[in-house]
Amino acid sequence: MTVLLPKSIDEATRMLADTSSATLLTGGTDVMVEINFNHRKPESIIALRHVAELQTWSINESNGTVFIGASVPYKSMESGPLANAIPALAQAARTVGSPQIRAAGSLGGNLGTCSPAGDSLPVLSALDATIHLASASGTRTSSFADFMVGPKRNTRASDEIIAGVTLPLCRGRQGYAKVGVRNAMVISVASACFAVQDNTARIALGSVGPIIIRCSAAENYLNQVIASGLAITDDVAEEFGRIVSSESRPIDDHRSTAAYRRHAVGVLAKRLSQRGTQS
Amino acid sequence: MSSHEIYSLKVNGVEHHVKDAWIGESLLYVLRERLGLPGAKGACEQGECGSCTVFLNGESVCSCLVLAASAVECDIATVEGLNSDGSLTDVQEAFVTEGAVQCGFCTPGLVMAVHHLLDETPSPTEHQIKEALSGNICRCTGYGRIFAAVDTVVAMRKGDK
Repeated sequence: MTVLLPKSIDEATRMLADTSSATLLTGGTDVMVEINFNHRKPESIIALRHVAELQTWSINESNGTVFIGASVPYKSMESGPLANAIPALAQAARTVGSPQIRAAGSLGGNLGTCSPAGDSLPVLSALDATIHLASASGTRTSSFADFMVGPKRNTRASDEIIAGVTLPLCRGRQGYAKVGVRNAMVISVASACFAVQDNTARIALGSVGPIIIRCSAAENYLNQVIASGLAITDDVAEEFGRIVSSESRPIDDHRSTAAYRRHAVGVLAKRLSQRGTQS
Repeated sequence: MSSHEIYSLKVNGVEHHVKDAWIGESLLYVLRERLGLPGAKGACEQGECGSCTVFLNGESVCSCLVLAASAVECDIATVEGLNSDGSLTDVQEAFVTEGAVQCGFCTPGLVMAVHHLLDETPSPTEHQIKEALSGNICRCTGYGRIFAAVDTVVAMRKGDK
């Protein structure tokens, strides 16, 4: 095994061009577990700890966007300016592991692993995040919808590094909720991010399908209600949750049953549609 | 860096050369087995239990999830280095006086987590204490004595006790 320690994105992409089979390592909360248990023995690791560019974030009020570098830890999103800018992301960040894990884990890691249970991914989906990728031959962007294509599968090319994510500032209200087998230190059984952005409802689901699921039928239903100037009453929320449940595609596995997941994600959607943080 | 290359880690302010190590070893393993610093404990090795908590550039992290070779040029602090003269810190004293130590396995990780909490939040609420220690599992105490120890340190630092 070799370990490479680039100091910039340019250096990292050049190293990756030479060894495209290398494993990219950020916070280590996934990869190191696999290495510790001998489930994975990479020939080479490019550890991004010393790439300062990946640890920067910025809020651009004039064009209404937030850029978050791929290695910015969840801890930085839990409170402070990023939490005010994107409340749903702060709520999702707060559900990740423990304080120690949140000091290490990042959006780049969640996107690189692309587990359907990745806590931040429903937020990136609901808010139509743009993923920034860099390689030795240049940079490109991808929508989240085009990026995640299956469980732990994404369209990152083997010579590409995830540089960061651009998200819109909250323009309406939004929220995130998750169900697990206990209240903390848990991988989600079902999760959902709800947002009303510029009077348009969005809902994205985690852990209830092979990818993060955007519920277009439920969104259409709620958008008709919003367009007709009606309030999201208990009955509307109930129906919204029912449609969300019907659009989920969960499976039975060691963490839960499909039936429970389908029910739980509908409850989350129903609650979020009436709650949500204003900004 | 390749498989058995020597690299250097700065732990508790001292540079240590890591020799005869596999390059894929975790910081926890290197601290304990290569550098003779057994304060951080290894239990789950997947970031769940917090027994291996150390500070990396001032951040409280699980050393089992840090690739040791990637921690070069970082400031690493372990429970051994909390007081340079080897005496107990106020947090450690409070753990003793409040009976927050039973089998003791989780104690070094908890002591680090408490120091980190009180460095960032000198007067934490009950909720903040519970959240800050949520990544440190103790199977003996039921946590009551540990929370009492935190309260004692907060009171002592304020001069109330």
